[in-house]
Amino acid sequence: MTFSSLLLYTSIFCGLYFQIFLLVTFFEAQGKEKRDRQLVQIKTSTLPTVSMIVPCWNESKTVENTLISLLNLDYPKEKLSVLIVDDGSKDDTYAVAMQAASRLNKQEGLARIEVVTQKNGGKYTALNRGIAIAQTKGTQFIGCLDADSFVDKHALVRMIPYFNNPEIMAVTPAMRVHEPKNILQYIQRAEYNVGIFTKRVFGMLNSIYVTPGPFSIFRTSVFKQIGVFKEAHNTEDMEIAFRIQSFGHRIANCHNAFVYTKTPETIKKLHTQRTRWTYGFLKNAIDYKHIFFNKKYGHMGRFVLPAAIVGLALSLAIAADFIYHIVKSVTTTVHKISIIGFTAPHFTFNWFFINTETTSILAIVLLAITITIVTIGKYIAEGSAKPSRDMLYFIVFYGFLAPLWLSKAVYNVALSRKTPWR
Amino acid sequence: MNPKKYLIVLAITCAVFLTGFLASNYLNNQKIDSIKNTEDQISLDILSSEAQYQLLEQSSCDIVTGSILSDELNTLADKLSYAESQEGFSSADVQSLKENYSLLEIKDYLLMQQIYNKCGATPTSILYFYSNKGNCTDCTDQGYVLTALRQEYPELRVYAFDYNLDLDAVKTLITLYHIPSVLPALVMNGKVYDGFQSIAQIQAALPSLTLQASSTASSTMNSSPTSFSSNTNR
Repeated sequence: MTFSSLLLYTSIFCGLYFQIFLLVTFFEAQGKEKRDRQLVQIKTSTLPTVSMIVPCWNESKTVENTLISLLNLDYPKEKLSVLIVDDGSKDDTYAVAMQAASRLNKQEGLARIEVVTQKNGGKYTALNRGIAIAQTKGTQFIGCLDADSFVDKHALVRMIPYFNNPEIMAVTPAMRVHEPKNILQYIQRAEYNVGIFTKRVFGMLNSIYVTPGPFSIFRTSVFKQIGVFKEAHNTEDMEIAFRIQSFGHRIANCHNAFVYTKTPETIKKLHTQRTRWTYGFLKNAIDYKHIFFNKKYGHMGRFVLPAAIVGLALSLAIAADFIYHIVKSVTTTVHKISIIGFTAPHFTFNWFFINTETTSILAIVLLAITITIVTIGKYIAEGSAKPSRDMLYFIVFYGFLAPLWLSKAVYNVALSRKTPWR
Repeated sequence: MNPKKYLIVLAITCAVFLTGFLASNYLNNQKIDSIKNTEDQISLDILSSEAQYQLLEQSSCDIVTGSILSDELNTLADKLSYAESQEGFSSADVQSLKENYSLLEIKDYLLMQQIYNKCGATPTSILYFYSNKGNCTDCTDQGYVLTALRQEYPELRVYAFDYNLDLDAVKTLITLYHIPSVLPALVMNGKVYDGFQSIAQIQAALPSLTLQASSTASSTMNSSPTSFSSNTNR
């Protein structure tokens, strides 16, 4: 058996194991979740107070719509306040936010929108400023919403009941892509739908290791216990989740609390964003290495985090092997043309020449399970399992895109190179 | 954390793996059977050709219709070459089929020689010796050349033999033509050519190839595109 075959068998086995594990967990927990949800219904009159923090940096174009989406939340007005923290934007974000806040406060007859500005210090400093203000107000829960995201009106009221479990310190939403316009954004839409499925399963396994910037809700008291946001390799939303888990608390996922976020529209921007995410994951994983293989952290320590690292390593190895074979094939073709000249390839179908190696058959099984997961994700997100072009784009192209940022992130970690935000 | 679930998932994954392995095995066996069937068909074709040749000895060359060699011999070469390059095929099965194939090639070669002699035509065939052992890059290149020639001249017969095949008939052929151990080696018009031969060199060594190509339509011997064998050593 060649190294290439061994790598392929290992990757397929790990991939199959991970995907089957997710599916088994998903179906196993279906009935249990329904029962849990019935137990956590809360009367509107007893809903707690929530402060939503919107950190902004050069978001003048989107901040007003983000604000409006928050005010449209199906939640008692007197119990929801909004705090916009301008992190020293270079554009007129502060002025736009002030103007919108003044107008909207007047419209509602309530002063529930507050806008503050500060010298640019990074997203985490803006969040911490908001947390400090919310703590002085004594709000029970603190939410964060990136200024390029918009929230579904039912999201908050669906998330709050999860906090009936005193162990739960944070609840994450189901993130969807806001108005995709090109192939890259359609790919991301399917990817985010898959993310909704995996987050839901990770929630069931108490293994969520990121509380995304767009609309994660925290119990205010958690910041007193574990501290506030840190710079954390430009992934403060990941570090805080690692820290919550590290303290032995729980993070839940509300699969039908939808939040819509704008996604990168070019490969360059996507590459930068994902490199930062992957770099942040690796660096935080190093910082919290004590979680790995530690039985105290259950599925997260023993399975989810190690599987993420193994998956990353195998993806890169497979990509490298694929590139090697492509280069070899091109070299052979060029050499062949130099010997016999160019001859038009002629194809005749014969079933004998269909690849029936074990790895090919297992790769088809793996693909079928991937399609199943993409479909379940779409069903949870959109209420429809109908095949769509974003699913096709995702299945065809994602495998070629992901290694680009995975390799760059690993390179940056290996050489201790900083990964910029933008 | 329930370890039972991990074991159940492991059992399911292993079951999927086993099913994949068994399915692959079944399909590959079907392929081996199809090669065996093709060999049986070729064997029958050669028997028929031999009978035709015996009839030919008592009559004119005009009755030869040209369907002497089965097209399957060519397809068989491709299939064997493919099976050799893939994982999952039993190497013993492939080896045995390859030996059969080599015997069929030799029988066809001898029969064609007899027919050419009887009818006075110029043979357009090549004996090609290659090696799968070590790193014979020239053998790979020679395979490209022969495949290209095969496509350009349908009447060309290429009989490919694995130099290292443990088969007495092939060893006899090697001894008979004094084939050197440095490969590839070609035999054209009874002469041995060592090392890689380009398209132009082969055309020069086989002038009948280009002549016959231009008169294929009018030639009795080549009135239909007979196939030939060529293991291109892929």
